Amino acid sequence: MPTTAYEYRLRIPSETDNLELIREFVTKVADKVGFNSDDVGKIELACDEACTNVIKHAYASDRNNGKKSLDILIKIDFDKFTLVVTDHGKGFDPDSIKMPDMQEYLAQLKVGGLGIYLMKTLMDEVDYQIQPGVKNQVKMVKYFIDKNNSGFGEGKK
Amino acid sequence: MDAFSISRVNKNGCSILYLNGFLDAHTAPELENELEKLIAEERFNIIVNFKDLTYISSAGLGVFMGYIENIRDNQGDIKMCSMSPKIFRVFDLLGFPTLYDIVQEEDRAIELFYKPEQK
Repeated sequence: MPTTAYEYRLRIPSETDNLELIREFVTKVADKVGFNSDDVGKIELACDEACTNVIKHAYASDRNNGKKSLDILIKIDFDKFTLVVTDHGKGFDPDSIKMPDMQEYLAQLKVGGLGIYLMKTLMDEVDYQIQPGVKNQVKMVKYFIDKNNSGFGEGKK
Repeated sequence: MDAFSISRVNKNGCSILYLNGFLDAHTAPELENELEKLIAEERFNIIVNFKDLTYISSAGLGVFMGYIENIRDNQGDIKMCSMSPKIFRVFDLLGFPTLYDIVQEEDRAIELFYKPEQK
């Protein structure tokens, strides 16, 4: 089994001002490795949602907020694209975040909290590793061949 | 070039907001400000035209959720038009078409304020 072929890394201050740059980085890599524009768009949005959660929540109660950094790692394997977002802020219990029932959610007109739902919808796998104050990671995977055929169009391969 | 900008046109009793660029957690507060201004001016018939919006995240969608209740309580609404397929897909994923009128043409969005029964 081949090991990871390529890695791309970005370390950046945890600020909403940098979301545009993060999206540009991720979309350039996703495009370069051959995803169609639909899938590039899904990866772009999932990454934005993960980073927005970190910027808005992980460091929210810390001082020196602007000096905190956010690490983005992209690993390219022969069969999949893996995106790992890491921060060093306060964590959360991923099991405490319930997947919203969208009908109920919309009926109540709730604000926010849509990010994790989108990430799980857009990517093939989403996994959290939480060590509060030490390291929190969200790992998201997209396979080059669309196993689920989500109905948004087919991959290039 | 600005990352995000909004222009407003008042037409046939409606206020039309034209969004340009990208709407994410960084730029969403600008849209909040604009909607707050409209509410303060008691302009509750609002149309948002997405034709020049290139990207939206849940932070952008959340803005509409935050104000719709107040606007509808004042007999108004937010109607949406001219979304690219990329933008519409995000709204669709989150079930927004059941909650908001989303149409292709701006004129149709204006009509919906006056002839809702022909939707």
